Amino acid sequence: MARKSPLEVYKMLPGDNCGECGEETCMAFASKLIDRDAKIEDCPRLKGKKKEKLIEYLTPPVREVKIGDRTIGGEEVIYRHELTYFNPTAYFVAISDNDPSLEERARKVKSFVMERFKTDLKFDGIAIRNKSGDPEIFKEAVEKVMEIEMPMILCSFNPEVIERALEVSSQKRPLIYGAIDENLEEMCALATNYECPLAVISSDLRKLWELSTIATGSGVPSIVLDPVTDSLNMRGTLNRIVEIRHQAIEKRADPFRWPILGVPAASWLVEGNGYWEEAVTAAILQNRFVDAMILNTIETWAILPLLTLRQNIYTDPRFPARVEPGVREIGSPNDESPVLLTTNFALTYYAVEGDVEGKLDCYIIVADTEGLAVEPSIAGGKLRASDVAEIIKENKLEERVKHKKLIIPGAAARMRGDLEDSTGWEVLVGPKDSSGIVDFVEKHWKK
Amino acid sequence: MKKEEMRIPKLVIDALDWLEDLKDVEEIELENVTIDVKNGIIEISAPTLLPAMIEREEIMKPEIKIPEYVPFSHEWPNSIEEIQLGATKEEGGTRKKIFRIGGETGMPFYPGSEMKNRPLVTFDVFDMPPPLPKAIREHFEDVMEDPVAWARRGLELGANLVTIHLVSTDPRTMNRAPEEAAETVRELLDNIDVPIVIGGSGNPEKDPLVLEACARTAKGERCILASATLDIDYERIAKAAIENNHVVLAWTSIDINQQKELNRKLLNLGLRRDQLVMDPTTAVLGYGIEYTISVMQRMRLEGLRGDKEISFPMSSGTTNAWGAREAWMKREDWGDRMLRGPLWETITGITMLLCGVDLFMMLHPRSVQTLQNVIDQLSKIAEKGVEYENWVTM
Ligand code: SF4
Repeated sequence: MARKSPLEVYKMLPGDNCGECGEETCMAFASKLIDRDAKIEDCPRLKGKKKEKLIEYLTPPVREVKIGDRTIGGEEVIYRHELTYFNPTAYFVAISDNDPSLEERARKVKSFVMERFKTDLKFDGIAIRNKSGDPEIFKEAVEKVMEIEMPMILCSFNPEVIERALEVSSQKRPLIYGAIDENLEEMCALATNYECPLAVISSDLRKLWELSTIATGSGVPSIVLDPVTDSLNMRGTLNRIVEIRHQAIEKRADPFRWPILGVPAASWLVEGNGYWEEAVTAAILQNRFVDAMILNTIETWAILPLLTLRQNIYTDPRFPARVEPGVREIGSPNDESPVLLTTNFALTYYAVEGDVEGKLDCYIIVADTEGLAVEPSIAGGKLRASDVAEIIKENKLEERVKHKKLIIPGAAARMRGDLEDSTGWEVLVGPKDSSGIVDFVEKHWKK
Repeated sequence: MKKEEMRIPKLVIDALDWLEDLKDVEEIELENVTIDVKNGIIEISAPTLLPAMIEREEIMKPEIKIPEYVPFSHEWPNSIEEIQLGATKEEGGTRKKIFRIGGETGMPFYPGSEMKNRPLVTFDVFDMPPPLPKAIREHFEDVMEDPVAWARRGLELGANLVTIHLVSTDPRTMNRAPEEAAETVRELLDNIDVPIVIGGSGNPEKDPLVLEACARTAKGERCILASATLDIDYERIAKAAIENNHVVLAWTSIDINQQKELNRKLLNLGLRRDQLVMDPTTAVLGYGIEYTISVMQRMRLEGLRGDKEISFPMSSGTTNAWGAREAWMKREDWGDRMLRGPLWETITGITMLLCGVDLFMMLHPRSVQTLQNVIDQLSKIAEKGVEYENWVTM
């Protein structure tokens, strides 16, 4: 599937260059549309057939689906370097309806938060399992979960149970999980009548294709595909997921143009499996296009690496790669450890970090150069002495070290005077390449 | 349509009209039709028509057409180079076990693309005790002074190969001479029967000399020399590999063009295509792994599409995962670090595996075992699966 072209979009726009959309030209607006930075509705002059055509053109190959207020799907590419991934995988935690500590567990899920690089890593919702088999118990459990206000998945294959829950919760747009061959007609009727998304489930791709087609054909507004997370057959699982996503993106094959759901929680079906195996299953799926997942675990040691992986994979490769400005501690520095300066271009920073990690206990000041490496940021005036002084002050570096010495990159030598003036620190010009830092410190620091 | 509405309306016909019409009809077939005459009015009804009509109604429910399902076919014109690690007696080495990596004809674990050679794990061993996180140290404390014992432990724990990191050659540590390092390598080769990877200390001046000396000592063994980079004397390393039949690990920093340049330069020096493995740098989970993901995927895709400069197997320094503070730091709110650490390494490994890595340099026993498990699982389609729907009620 060829990438969308701004020129194609431009051809479908009025071509008036009137600026009413907030862009100066239709062409500029076309680029924004492709990047999803603007909405079709922003151009008031676009109407009728042309508008419909453009909507069709711009609908991503994997349609977006909303579960509660959480959007999943909407992807356009197989590999992130081809453009970017858009909607991070949504993590739902499974809770059984007859769990006596249901409310406590639900609140834990809601309040779980880990901060990484100024971003909060969190769960996205709760999947309620009808373990009791009882419609009333299920309904009550759903009502309790509704109180904590998170997107929900209703898990039961019994249409009666689902209907009882939908009567109280349909306005929250929960995902109905789900439709299998045996209950397809009833589940489709429920999803259609209550206007909720429906998961269709099968480990047989042709069957899944058929279920999806019948569901949309009978009026279900949106679909989520579960090709079965089979812990005894992970290769089969991956084959199905990869196939679905290629059908959607490369062939625009309609029945598979929906988000994919993975269920690492199902790995507990295999005897002897626990949190570790579940996390491993989740990590495999996180690397293969899965748009939403259901897990049992809320163990921090298991969740932290998974949510970190999600954060990494969904980082937009179109923007210059940056790290957070500020002060980093490498190893366990003390009040005599050296202080280094670098920029917040991610690869520059990681290079420096990699060169000192394990060899040198130190502090690294990461200056905000808008994601530029050292040389271009000096040339472009993006490495500012005043910013460096600010970071030193904000992070109370003068209290954390006894000395007032700063080692700067060799490529930043001409900033020396400016830096000494703004910070009041003595500035040492370090090596041109960060691989020489350790040697440099050995020779020049301790004397 | 509901049954009530479907009932055929009674035909109420003025008897006279009816009889009038009948005059023009030569024959009238009355099947299952009752004719009642009440109060001079003839009622005709056909009750048996009812079930037949309902059946037809059901068949006529709006047809949903299932479009034809045509499986996607992943086909590539080129395949990845296949590299032999280790050499037997007949081949000029002394290895009892040899391995092959690479040879892929498709993206990793995609439908239809069988992994010709199973990805392998090589275990990290150091020639002097390095500072290691507690979660790792506790497994090796008793063997860290003895590379051979350490290597054996690693192999027992599930690794396929061993990497000996000659960190003691660094002028900043013990500054051991290349010849001394070569002795360590020889001793290792004499005591284990699998292929090995020979790693330097990371010192740009010393490494080429160390690797050259080790290559000579290990002549004919098809070891991997780790590593050649653009900014060191790669020529010396390449020549040592050519003369003594080894494989070169070409290491670049997350840059496809840099990798092509280094590969080209090494091949131009006379290194054969079956003597090159790439390490595009494994940035750690949480610290830039997405760059590695994208660079590796691009390399593999371009290789399969036919770019011969980049169609080589890949190696990953998965151990780098321990550089992330999330892997080793003791912090209550991050959960048990004795599990968090190995999982950090495991997930880094899984991510690289799914990007096409063929060789993993690893450290923690549990990470090694889990990754080996995952590789086995992903290498074949299982006959029997789980009773999936039960997860909802388990
Ligand atoms: S509002 Fe519409 S017609 Fe006017 S410049 Fe924008 S895109 Fe063009």
